[in-house]
Amino acid sequence: MEALRSALTFPARVKRDVGDVLFKKNKEPVFVTCKACGRRALKKDWQNNYYVCPVCGEYRTIGAYYRLSLILDPGSIHELNADMKANDPMYFPEYSEKIAKQRQKTGLEEAAVTVSGKIGGYKVVIIVLDPRFFMGSMSSIVGEKVTRAVEYATKEKLPLIIFSASGGARMQEGIYSLMQMAKTAAAIEEFNASGGLYISFLTHPTTGGVTASFASLGDITLAEPGALIGFAGPRVIEQTIHKKLPQGFQRSEYLEAHGFVDKIVERSQMRDTLLQLIKLHSK
Amino acid sequence: MIETILKKVETIDKKIEVLEKKAKGETKELVDTASVSEEVLEEISEKYGQWDDHTREIEKLKDLREIFLKDMRILAPYEKVYLARHAKRPHIDDFIDGLFTDFFEQKGDHLFDEDKSIFGGIARFHGIPITVVGHRKGHSMEENMEYNFGMPCPEGYRKALRLMNQAEKFGRPIITFIDTPGAYPGMEAEEHGQGEAIAMNLAKMSQYHVPVISVVTGEGNSGGALAIGVANRVLMLENAVYSILSPEGFASILWKDSGRHKEACKLMKLTADDLLEAGVADVIVREPLGGAQRDYGFVMKNLDEALYKNLMDLRKLSPSELKADRQMKYRKIG
Ligand SMILES: [Zn+2]
Repeated sequence: MEALRSALTFPARVKRDVGDVLFKKNKEPVFVTCKACGRRALKKDWQNNYYVCPVCGEYRTIGAYYRLSLILDPGSIHELNADMKANDPMYFPEYSEKIAKQRQKTGLEEAAVTVSGKIGGYKVVIIVLDPRFFMGSMSSIVGEKVTRAVEYATKEKLPLIIFSASGGARMQEGIYSLMQMAKTAAAIEEFNASGGLYISFLTHPTTGGVTASFASLGDITLAEPGALIGFAGPRVIEQTIHKKLPQGFQRSEYLEAHGFVDKIVERSQMRDTLLQLIKLHSK
Repeated sequence: MIETILKKVETIDKKIEVLEKKAKGETKELVDTASVSEEVLEEISEKYGQWDDHTREIEKLKDLREIFLKDMRILAPYEKVYLARHAKRPHIDDFIDGLFTDFFEQKGDHLFDEDKSIFGGIARFHGIPITVVGHRKGHSMEENMEYNFGMPCPEGYRKALRLMNQAEKFGRPIITFIDTPGAYPGMEAEEHGQGEAIAMNLAKMSQYHVPVISVVTGEGNSGGALAIGVANRVLMLENAVYSILSPEGFASILWKDSGRHKEACKLMKLTADDLLEAGVADVIVREPLGGAQRDYGFVMKNLDEALYKNLMDLRKLSPSELKADRQMKYRKIG
């Protein structure tokens, strides 16, 4: 795969990202079974299809570095604030152990990966929230990394792309998590005022405080097919209204129909779409 | 538990009221003594014996009330949550009556709907025109149904934004009152863009060039609270709470058991003291012992002083300094 060549900057991490998706415990060395349709397909076919089920089209979660490798020009990735680690501002019981576990599982230090790099020669800032790390929940370090990356894009006058994915707030960080909404929204608004292009790309799942802050503030809002996008989670809504939610509620297609998404973009079209938009905005 | 102590205190309140009326000879207006809990009265007379005259009895009851009230000097976080949600706690209409003059209500988002869970308009504070916006809870069940228990839909947040944008346009300070279980988690709220509405408020509030002061008066939960709370100064009533989520929701997410909410309260760091320590709250406004519902006047006086002082301080800043000051407050957190 051509795009994977850019992975050379982060060989170990990309391999791990991909491995985490498909080669779990290496139980299925040749075929991989789809969780959605239950059909098996060749591992190679999954890979060539960007980890979208070759049979039913169900989107699998992919890691941040793998996603970046699909977008950025080979060798152009430069990670920002890579050494910032999740912390424990409230000394919450068992939280630091849980962080360690997430770190071990994903090889990430936090749910947000922030980089600068090039798409088709155009320099951009990209933020990816990785749903494998604490469900991409908003922690104080996620908020800080996002804010710093946005500030960097403002200062360098670069287009900004954020791939959101979040289960909501990081409960163990309480009010510190909540305040990241104000902090990141302010940074986006400053970026906005400086005339920069912000493309918000919503991936599965984008909910809670991330939806109610930077994810909803894009000039252009794109979404991956079938992603769950909303403020309140479906379970909470069902408990509140004592009704089952209709099929497809809060999914990308539903949001597009209700006027909150510009375009649903297949994973295979992700890079081309971004490049088209960046070119449309460059002078 | 504070609930029991409060009940005792309220019984004593009623008893004193009755006795004072008796002493004045206003027998016709006797409060219905049946509503006074017999159990508590017995407990009280056991402790203090029988009384010979009203004046002495009143004195003794007042002493006893003091003792109970002193028991409430230090409260556990879950007890503060109880007070923050107390049905008789002052709500936004009380604060507007108590603090402002010349109030003119502004309704609707002028886009789609009028959401009554957000209340606001223009008023004067010490003669200065201000914009006031806040969550609205009711004083009765009917009112609460009408105001959706203070849980706004996107239309409510867009109304708040409309009002605040006008404040920016006309250079009026903005005072917001926070008291909500959270943004309404309903189907239509989602369809109409709850996330977008909250996000837009956060973004725009960060840009204002006028003083913004938020007062957390009851419970401030989640993005639904913060959506009108991006302020230069955050004031918290002594027993108000401010957190990422309700303790019930927190316990349910973390332990899949909403019944563990008292335990959650302890861990969540949601009291005014905690928020002051975290740099989110700037000022704690004192309430009378036993909670704001016991003496509105006491709360209004303290809040009036705190609001006035902070507003005067902020008015010394230039428009661009006000914006930078507000952004810095949140930039520093985390
Ligand atoms: Zn499939």
